[in-house]
Amino acid sequence: MADPPTTAALSGLSPDERRLVEALRNRDEDAFAELIDRYHESLVRLAMMYVASRAVAEDVAQEAWVGVLRGIDGFQGRSSLRTWIYRILVNTAKTRGVREARSVPFASLGGDGEPAVDPDRFLPVDDRDRPGGWLSPPTDWDGVPEARLLGAETMAVIEAAIEALPSRQAQVIRLRDVEGFSSAEVRQLLDLGEANQRVLLHRARAKVRQALEDYLGEEAA
Amino acid sequence: MRFWRRRPLMCRELVEVITDYLEGTMPARERARFEAHLAGCDACTAYVEQMRTTIRLTGRLDERDLDADTRTALMHAFHGWAGSG
Repeated sequence: MADPPTTAALSGLSPDERRLVEALRNRDEDAFAELIDRYHESLVRLAMMYVASRAVAEDVAQEAWVGVLRGIDGFQGRSSLRTWIYRILVNTAKTRGVREARSVPFASLGGDGEPAVDPDRFLPVDDRDRPGGWLSPPTDWDGVPEARLLGAETMAVIEAAIEALPSRQAQVIRLRDVEGFSSAEVRQLLDLGEANQRVLLHRARAKVRQALEDYLGEEAA
Repeated sequence: MRFWRRRPLMCRELVEVITDYLEGTMPARERARFEAHLAGCDACTAYVEQMRTTIRLTGRLDERDLDADTRTALMHAFHGWAGSG
């Protein structure tokens, strides 16, 4: 077995990640258990955007973990450990077959065919008093109790809205807003340009917001 | 005195550029135009707040816990790897 690179190569990592990498290189079982607890379910969810079923996604995620173990001694720390793990997952999932059925052709992304808000909720752009103004404005959610916002039902509404998204949009919102990756990391993980990534995120957030508005509507009014 | 000013942003335009605003990728001049609109528009202020809430709640989605069979399979893979080194 090759000697692991010196820990100096890992100086860009957070102390927590450096600890995990070093422990894993020492074949520490607890470190691996910690990583799978943290990331496995989220990796499966991401894999589901690429493959046909939960079972295959499980398989892909398990295969990715094997890739993580095989690669950990050579891991250079040029990205965070987390980004590196997700990268392995994405590559593994792609190898297993991209599910084209759910993806949107990029050519259609730049168009205006998919407005963030139903155009009927606005006045016409040539309205004399309030051109392009709200006709049916959004309500304030301040009156909705926090417990309700964070309740299981609301979370299920968000989850369902994300699942209904075209796969590219779902991938972006999961990584950016659910997992909290930076937009630069998301672009790197999904091989997206800056503008495309933002359009996808915009569309995804708009639909999740709309689902929440529909759900919370009566309460907030 | 300015000879040229950009016309104010319309509500229906604001909802399409909100992601640039929230992601911090909007040029300063556009940002000022966006904020000038918000200052005078309760409906768009509510929209921006709804979007911030949406992002915050999306970040709170729970992951399922790892089930016992999966854990066993993964730890088995780990031991295979650790033992072969």
